[in-house]
Amino acid sequence: MAAVTSVGETPAPTAASRPRGMHARRRRRLNIFRYVVFTVFGLFFLLPLLAMLRFSLEGSKLGTWSLTAWKEIASYQNTGIPPLLSAIEITLELAVITSVVTLVLLVPTMIWIRLRVQWLERTVEFLCTLPLTIPAIVLVVGVGPIYNRIQHYSLSALMLFWIYVILALPYAYRALAAGLGAIDVKTLSEAARSLGASWFTVMVRVISPNMRQGILNALLLTFALVLGEFTIAFLLLYEDVLQPELYNISRSTPNAGVIFSTSFAALLFAFVLLLILSYAGRRRRGRG
Amino acid sequence: MAVTATTETGARPARAGRRPSVPTWAGTVPFFAYVAVFLLWPTAIVVVDALKNPNGGWAFANIAKLGDPLVRGYFIGSVKLCLLSSVFGAVFGAILAYAVATGNPDGLIRRLYIAVSGVLAQFGGVTLAFAFLVLIGPVGLLFHASWFYSFPWGITVIYTYFQIPLMVLVFLPAIDGVKVQWREASENLGASAWQYWRYVGGPLLTPAFLGGALLLFANALSAYATAVAWENQIAYIVPQQIGIALSSEVGLANVNVADLLALGMVIVMAIVMTGYALLQRRAARWLR
Repeated sequence: MAAVTSVGETPAPTAASRPRGMHARRRRRLNIFRYVVFTVFGLFFLLPLLAMLRFSLEGSKLGTWSLTAWKEIASYQNTGIPPLLSAIEITLELAVITSVVTLVLLVPTMIWIRLRVQWLERTVEFLCTLPLTIPAIVLVVGVGPIYNRIQHYSLSALMLFWIYVILALPYAYRALAAGLGAIDVKTLSEAARSLGASWFTVMVRVISPNMRQGILNALLLTFALVLGEFTIAFLLLYEDVLQPELYNISRSTPNAGVIFSTSFAALLFAFVLLLILSYAGRRRRGRG
Repeated sequence: MAVTATTETGARPARAGRRPSVPTWAGTVPFFAYVAVFLLWPTAIVVVDALKNPNGGWAFANIAKLGDPLVRGYFIGSVKLCLLSSVFGAVFGAILAYAVATGNPDGLIRRLYIAVSGVLAQFGGVTLAFAFLVLIGPVGLLFHASWFYSFPWGITVIYTYFQIPLMVLVFLPAIDGVKVQWREASENLGASAWQYWRYVGGPLLTPAFLGGALLLFANALSAYATAVAWENQIAYIVPQQIGIALSSEVGLANVNVADLLALGMVIVMAIVMTGYALLQRRAARWLR
């Protein structure tokens, strides 16, 4: 479980007029406080990442520098462990499948409920936030027997998406609900309907395009979630997924440079995704 | 659970005589069916298996096994870790959120901290344990903390790293909701800064703060990957022990340990998340 409030949906702050009404002395004190806080927390957040970066650039001898670990991302292989590159590939595929399935499941349902069956709205919201109360590790305990039973079909790790979708529900729901709340669904659909559009057209060609910011948010959050997921893949013994793979490499070769370079690359990737999200959110505010 | 019933009857079309064609709620059947199969069913399996003995008979006495000293030990460990990390996370997160909120609402620092918080709150897991290992662990770059592998302090520091960003994300909207007019009003009435925080700002933000702390508690309780990557030999907390119980058969006689521990977790989570929901509602009364 992580961010319940997603990045893109942070409400427009009301602090814009704050500095004007403030005494200069208080403003100065506040600024000193702010910069101290930013420095201290910045260091706390940065230092572990820098340590990881440094270890990813460690040469064969301690204290030297080299790019080997970064080149190894593409080629790392060890006995008993699936090749790293294939794990990355599978995880990216999983992320794509999970985000698409989540959207296909949630978007039409949420629009339909807003349009025609509003009395179900609270139930859907409750169910979508339920995975925050039922942690992944509990889900694994429950799903374990089912997966064990169907194990002899030798399912690929891609089948994990069935459960990942559940993990993504709370975040995707909140992002989509924010997107849906920002448009006048009723007027749009009435206009489209009175012009002869079918319900399908209303959903696909009228409402969905208007909530593309929410859809983008949900997509990126789901994507980032899948990249970081460890618990379910690991405990269901799917070792060819990125996080269990990194863990297994670290068990067989402690402090292998490649785990740091891969982790760092994955973090950077997630950071770029969320930065895109935050900028896309700002553009929308600017226009409105 | 009325929802499950709806899903099951959904297969029979035109049951209620609303319209001759399909009822409107039929459009939501895929969603409810999915959630029923991949969320509600696994959870039901956990609950039912925890309350059964291996022969298949009901054994409600199993609940009493949650009080077994061994089991209780894991829960005490979990509560210790969750309390420490959520208190630190909530206090530091609130300070950081305040520092962020008082800055330029469209500025770089705010954007950066929110994006970073989004990534770091989401991306704990294995990676994070690696990062701290190379910072302050036995091979640490910064220093070798002798308490790195001690419970609960070593792991608390690691958990705090993802707790602070989560607190920033959930607490920032609350701080943004405090209107500058309230401060001005109390200043015009002659209140000092202390009096403002004691009688106006503090009481307004308290529900949001406590709610955030509860969310952090739940977040720490369900975290698994970080703890496993930190220490994989000794189990201190419930999720670690569930993982061990899943992969081995040792445990209490006649009880499915993993199911029982998972049930215990769900109970604790349900209590915590109910408290969170109540506090959120209380907080929303003023901060609009």
